[in-house]
Amino acid sequence: MSVKDQHLDTLEDIRRMMKRSSRFISLSGLSGIAAGVWALIGSYLAFTWIGKYRNNLDNVRNNDLDLHQLQVDLLLLAIAILIVAVISALYFTWRKAGKDRLPLWDHTAKMLILNIAIPLVAGGLFILAMLQYDEWRFIAPASLIFYGLALVNGGKYTLSEIRYLGISEIVLGLVCTQFIHYGLYFWAIGFGILHIIYGFAMWRKYEGSRVAED
Amino acid sequence: MAVNNPISGLNKIFDNRIRLGVMSILTVNEEVSFNDLKQMLEVTDGNLATHLQTLEESKLIKVHKGFIGRKTNTTYAITKTGSKSFNEHIEALEKMIKGFK
Repeated sequence: MSVKDQHLDTLEDIRRMMKRSSRFISLSGLSGIAAGVWALIGSYLAFTWIGKYRNNLDNVRNNDLDLHQLQVDLLLLAIAILIVAVISALYFTWRKAGKDRLPLWDHTAKMLILNIAIPLVAGGLFILAMLQYDEWRFIAPASLIFYGLALVNGGKYTLSEIRYLGISEIVLGLVCTQFIHYGLYFWAIGFGILHIIYGFAMWRKYEGSRVAED
Repeated sequence: MAVNNPISGLNKIFDNRIRLGVMSILTVNEEVSFNDLKQMLEVTDGNLATHLQTLEESKLIKVHKGFIGRKTNTTYAITKTGSKSFNEHIEALEKMIKGFK
């Protein structure tokens, strides 16, 4: 190897170490697609339940009790969808880390989780407070905006697409405030369709070519 | 030594891959623990400790000894001197590559 090649190698090493130590690069595009599919299923279920409740409005004696039941059901549905989405996202990312022989839980993973968690936990608590005052209309915009802020914040510690996904979620959340009765549609777009679009783009950019090589 | 001599920026201390790795990681991260460095560089405790000591003695990195519960948690950060000499080292490498063209 010539001296020039040695120097090029050294610089390449430096660049690689800098990137690997500051960004979590194992995030899989399939994680996004999976989370998006779960979100669409959840939105569909919520949509049918709300429809059923509306149809029954006229012929049921105790509407208040029914509304309360619907609210509890929707909340449980949201929690269930969140759990399965996180589990499937973790699964695909764990698989990608295994293929690349990178540790799943390292310094960059910690930084990513911490920086996503700060706006996300704040947003979660804020939404719970809204529920406490029976304010349902702003749940969809608030969850989209806080989730977007979390992604923008975490985007510094992972693939750059996450930052743009975050910005899209924020914009969508703000637009949603002007169409307040269509929250569920915006939710389905933000958590379903955007995840699938960005997930697919990330998969194609970072993983798709490798599948072709196999 | 001439001012425009690219070799003047090269630092012998960064000739080693592990020391170079430590400096690269600490350039982009404010503070990194011993265990995280070990995991990222894939080296043994003893080996890493020796190189870290060399860098510390040259005042290129600084050590902070803390605790998480009862376990010691030693973290490392780059010093101003370290950051300056590492950047000069990279610039010198780049200049030399261009010089070969």
